[in-house]
Amino acid sequence: MKFKIALAQIAPQLGDQKANIQKHVQALERAAAAGVQLIVFPELSLTGYTLKDLTPDMALDPDVASPLQQIAAHSGGLSAVVGFVEQAKDFKFYNSVAFLEDKAVRHVHRKVYLPTYGMFDEKRFFAAGDLVRVADTHFGKLGFLICEDIWHFSTAYLLAHQGALMIVASMAGPGRGVRGMDSALGSAVSWEVLTRTVAQFNTVYVVAVNRVGFEDGVNFFGGSLLVDPYGNVVARGKTLDEDLVIAEVDFDLVRRARAQVPLLRDENIELTMRELERISRDRFELPFLEDPKKKSRASKTKVQINSRRQKSKRKTGKR
Amino acid sequence: MDLTSEQIGALPELNAKLVVEITTRFLSDELRKAGFQKAVLGLSGGIDSSVVAALAVRALGANNVIGVMMPYRTSSPQSTEDAVLLAAQIGLSTEKFDISEMADGYLAKRSNLNDTRRGNVFTRCRMIVLYDFSAERNALVLGTSNKTELLLGYGTLFGDLASALNPIGDLYKTEIRQLARFLDIPERIISKPPTADLWAGQSDETELGFSYDEVDRLLYHCVDLRFSGAQLVASGFSESLVTRVVERIRRNQFKRRGPLVCKLSPRSVTHDFLYPRDWGT
Repeated sequence: MKFKIALAQIAPQLGDQKANIQKHVQALERAAAAGVQLIVFPELSLTGYTLKDLTPDMALDPDVASPLQQIAAHSGGLSAVVGFVEQAKDFKFYNSVAFLEDKAVRHVHRKVYLPTYGMFDEKRFFAAGDLVRVADTHFGKLGFLICEDIWHFSTAYLLAHQGALMIVASMAGPGRGVRGMDSALGSAVSWEVLTRTVAQFNTVYVVAVNRVGFEDGVNFFGGSLLVDPYGNVVARGKTLDEDLVIAEVDFDLVRRARAQVPLLRDENIELTMRELERISRDRFELPFLEDPKKKSRASKTKVQINSRRQKSKRKTGKR
Repeated sequence: MDLTSEQIGALPELNAKLVVEITTRFLSDELRKAGFQKAVLGLSGGIDSSVVAALAVRALGANNVIGVMMPYRTSSPQSTEDAVLLAAQIGLSTEKFDISEMADGYLAKRSNLNDTRRGNVFTRCRMIVLYDFSAERNALVLGTSNKTELLLGYGTLFGDLASALNPIGDLYKTEIRQLARFLDIPERIISKPPTADLWAGQSDETELGFSYDEVDRLLYHCVDLRFSGAQLVASGFSESLVTRVVERIRRNQFKRRGPLVCKLSPRSVTHDFLYPRDWGT
């Protein structure tokens, strides 16, 4: 499968959905004219990033007629990934992306990892998503992530093992680091290392679309990237300025990369799960509650005893 | 972790080209969003205001930048000469407003002002002039305080610290020098000893009691890289310097924040009425 992708590196206007719908429609039209089939917008592309208390005011229910439907209506034959504030039925607000196809919302990914440290304050305003799922699309299986999500290796891993051929990351990445990095911005260097690593070690395409523009003095650096499954950068957006990068994706490269380096085939998911279960159990053991007499016993032994006990309970049906 | 003297060497080289690319976009973008086309700033003939003026001219065009020289009668004539030199180099037309009368009008009615209080009066007079120019010309006031000054609290609240946009507030003084060279600021402005020129012979470094080179290295490792005071002393900074600087940073936090509002209601301005300044722009 070969198709043209557009990396819509826009500068959304903070808290002005009308203006942002226009920006989306313009980019869609330009992309359509260039024969693009999939267009990707940045994180919170419909609203801007530094929303704070504007978050609930900007929230949309993706099932209700909304700016997302307006954009979908203009999408023609294109599939599009749009960033928005999602209002769930229980009135939680999520930092989400919608995947639009055939003029309708086909999939929503809710940002799982909400950075709340240093300059970031997302957990104060958003609920965290709890699903990492691929979507079936006209292009095959795609996995969607939002900015900080991809900094956690587990998310790309989960998507790759569900069959994602491409990981689509929408970003609002602030530009920082102007010292001692040759000519590149520190955060741009980090993003390139990260996306290339994720692509190469999961043998998937990675497309990371970052926004540009300033919000309250913070710049978003752009530099959007399309990386092939070998970890090569095949297309790159401008630094700091708006851009519409159009490039070709060829999923035959995924086949060839995986034939050459069958990392996904050889991955021992069961081993990983066993070890993760153990790690998960161990990290919730409270050492200060342990009986001091038993302190010398290795925790491993204890876990084995516990799990045997549980098994026997299950067998006998005693609870 | 121990710091070696190598690790606490000079700050890494500034990527001046990138800094210019970011700060010029910052100025044009934030100015436009606030609904302005023009900017106004005070030109002292010093390195900080020279750099901000050069950035503003690059970002907005010389026609959209108003550089105001605001000498007091005891100000060094070299300050004005240097400001004129800078303005000529970057194609900026300048205006002059002598603050002697307005400052003296106040000072005549007050007695026993020490240098600090007199200095505060001068810098606040300049603030009044700049903000009046701002209203008259529809131009936003640009700040010229650098990161060293902001951290040390070496500035006057509602005086030189007052501005709408500050493109250099995240650069240390020694980095401003690197940026100034990249921007071709005249060497005599770069190399003259930094001074607020609030009284004759005033020198930043004498007044502060340490050099910018030394304190910038300390601030960078303390603030940016988060080494502890104990680590910095172990690595060769004198304990008295570390203590003095850390104490200055702490004591001047109020200058980096707005006034405290007494919280009474469920939703209070400054506490939990949290909107970006660029709201709806």
